[in-house]
Amino acid sequence: MTRKLLTGNGAAALGARLAATDYIPAFPITPQTEIIETISGWIDQGEMDARMVTMESEHSMVTAAAAAAASGIRVFSATSSQGLLYGMEMLYTVSGWRAPFVLVNVSRGLASPITLEPDHNDIMSARDSGFLQIHCSTCQEVLDSTLMAFRLAEDERIRLPVIVNMDGFYLSFTREPVEVPDPKTAQNFVGDYDPENIRFRASSPVSQAVAVLGGVPYSYFRYETHLAAQNGLDVYDELSREFANQFGREYSAIEAYRCDDADIVFVMLGSFATKARAAVDQLRKAGNKVGLLRPRLLRPFPAEMFRMLLAGKSGVAVIDQNISMGMGGVLHSELAGALYGHPHAPPQLLSFIGGLGGRDISLEEFFEIADVTRNAVAQKHTPPPRLLYTEQELRQMRKLQAVASVERDELNNSGGAKNG
Amino acid sequence: MYRIRFHGRGGQGMKTASRILGTAFFLEGYEVQDAPRYGAERRGAPIFAYVRADNQLINERGVITRPDLVIVADDSLVPVPAAGVLTGVDEHTVLLINSDESTETWKHRLNLSCRVFTLPAEAEERAELRFIGATCTGAAARLLGKISRDALQQAIKQELSELGDAVIEKNLARALDAFDCMQEHEGCIQTGTEANATDYSKPAWIDFPFEDARVSAPDIHASANSVEVRTGLWRTLRPVIDYERCNKCWWVCSTFCPDGAIKVSGQTPEIDYNHCKGCMVCVAQCPPHAIEAVAEQLARQQDAEEEVSP
Repeated sequence: MTRKLLTGNGAAALGARLAATDYIPAFPITPQTEIIETISGWIDQGEMDARMVTMESEHSMVTAAAAAAASGIRVFSATSSQGLLYGMEMLYTVSGWRAPFVLVNVSRGLASPITLEPDHNDIMSARDSGFLQIHCSTCQEVLDSTLMAFRLAEDERIRLPVIVNMDGFYLSFTREPVEVPDPKTAQNFVGDYDPENIRFRASSPVSQAVAVLGGVPYSYFRYETHLAAQNGLDVYDELSREFANQFGREYSAIEAYRCDDADIVFVMLGSFATKARAAVDQLRKAGNKVGLLRPRLLRPFPAEMFRMLLAGKSGVAVIDQNISMGMGGVLHSELAGALYGHPHAPPQLLSFIGGLGGRDISLEEFFEIADVTRNAVAQKHTPPPRLLYTEQELRQMRKLQAVASVERDELNNSGGAKNG
Repeated sequence: MYRIRFHGRGGQGMKTASRILGTAFFLEGYEVQDAPRYGAERRGAPIFAYVRADNQLINERGVITRPDLVIVADDSLVPVPAAGVLTGVDEHTVLLINSDESTETWKHRLNLSCRVFTLPAEAEERAELRFIGATCTGAAARLLGKISRDALQQAIKQELSELGDAVIEKNLARALDAFDCMQEHEGCIQTGTEANATDYSKPAWIDFPFEDARVSAPDIHASANSVEVRTGLWRTLRPVIDYERCNKCWWVCSTFCPDGAIKVSGQTPEIDYNHCKGCMVCVAQCPPHAIEAVAEQLARQQDAEEEVSP
């Protein structure tokens, strides 16, 4: 095992390589492209025995990935943001084929307007697709999760594609020290892909879910997929223990940081959660019993584990880096669903939305979130959801708007296009 | 924790510089985080990169708002608001700037109470800035005082390994010169204080106002407004047409210009220096080689001299 500096993108590529991936259908998109560039470089130099095919879109890419997986080989692919959305029709379709492969998504906010920086609306849109989801907070975790994802996807109790998610820029382009397992140990852990009865060959063709069905058989297939996804909880638990035994790094379905004796708990996904960890350390120094829960598994949703970890806590602050228009933070409502009606559920569950399009969340904001949550507990009153956005930021926005309206007035007065 | 920010223009090697410094820290046994940050634009556009180094696991992420050291590879970025060179600079910060002007000038001009160092680079070299990343990193390593000459050399060799020995040698020479040059200021950089949860300034959150779609839709009503952005400021090299040699073919340079910054009036091509980013595509395409690349800084000096004595 060696320790070296790797970006999240580099770690994802290395995961695919260590898992002895056979086939990589690819399409570029910022901030993911470095993953497929890295892999293509290795293939080109003869360091990786795999085939990469560049497709004309993510729609074809996802289709090719699942079709190849159905022929009994190990498949990896990667995308981001608009690319994930462009492939969305096929995400839903291929999960129903029950052909396992691993897709890395590098989270980037969705249009409109356009951004390159991260939030989770892209990955949330794949929430109901039948793909399982592992969310990472460090580059090490990206590498390790990619290895684990193949095991999860290919397990006979699951047989579903898995998305490994990391944040654009904050992980994709950020180098951190990463322990790199030696190829043999990694391959022993991932094992061979045994495709059993889904071995598609030209000589023995299989049609993947092409019949048009009525509600009775349709419901059967859909619910079987749901049950398979739910099996992911036990399978994940097993294999994360095995991973910890072999590599010494533990990745339970929910990371619990300084939570045991905490009264107030932050809940958030992804790399911004390490900022929350730093905030928890400072809050503890100041004598506040604050902890953090970070779900690694979002699908299947570890509801029972959340109930257990949050039992008896007084206040929970969910910080969503996504927004469901007309509803609010997605993780907040999912957690509310998991906790509702359970006897030891925390009385206060607060919703904060922050980090949209990579907007930073400062340590001071975490301190304030803890404070607001503590007050809600004391006053037994839940404040309305809060967007993390300051007066100064709105002033900055006003300035842009002022410039825009001057431009517009100039245009209206001149009656046409301006000259440089 | 050390927090270091590099500012430069796309193409000047700030990402590589941050990686060299990151690797050097890593070789010295530090936990490290290094990352570049840029938007959709690349060459010539203001970019920055940052490095965090600590002797324990680093949980902090994202843009550095309380820098201990700010490195500015290109002093023309200081007045560009979007570059954010001075963000979070306070009296504990050290500013290392590549400039012909003195530290006193910069301190006075920016009303700074922090320490400022300038990099002594040959004017010729500074104009092209080919090795500025290595120079900055060498100086930074010595100012930090935690990176040995050996680790610096090894980091450069590691990070530039794909560029071949000749390039590595040149970068090593520049970096080590800068390292040696900063000897008397070794270890002058102090780590800043951490935010603490008992005494912090509360974020001034607002209750977000609703505004109707005439205001809040991201529509751009003014056409041709991109001309307002003087992308010519991004240029590090300036294409200059030698009209004696120009064939007056009237289309090759103007057609290839990716920014539409070459206009042909009559038969004479004219470069719009307000919007030419200095990509040098025209220089490469011109059939009679009538366009020359001149270092922007030198070209500006010449302009200034001509103005004084016409």
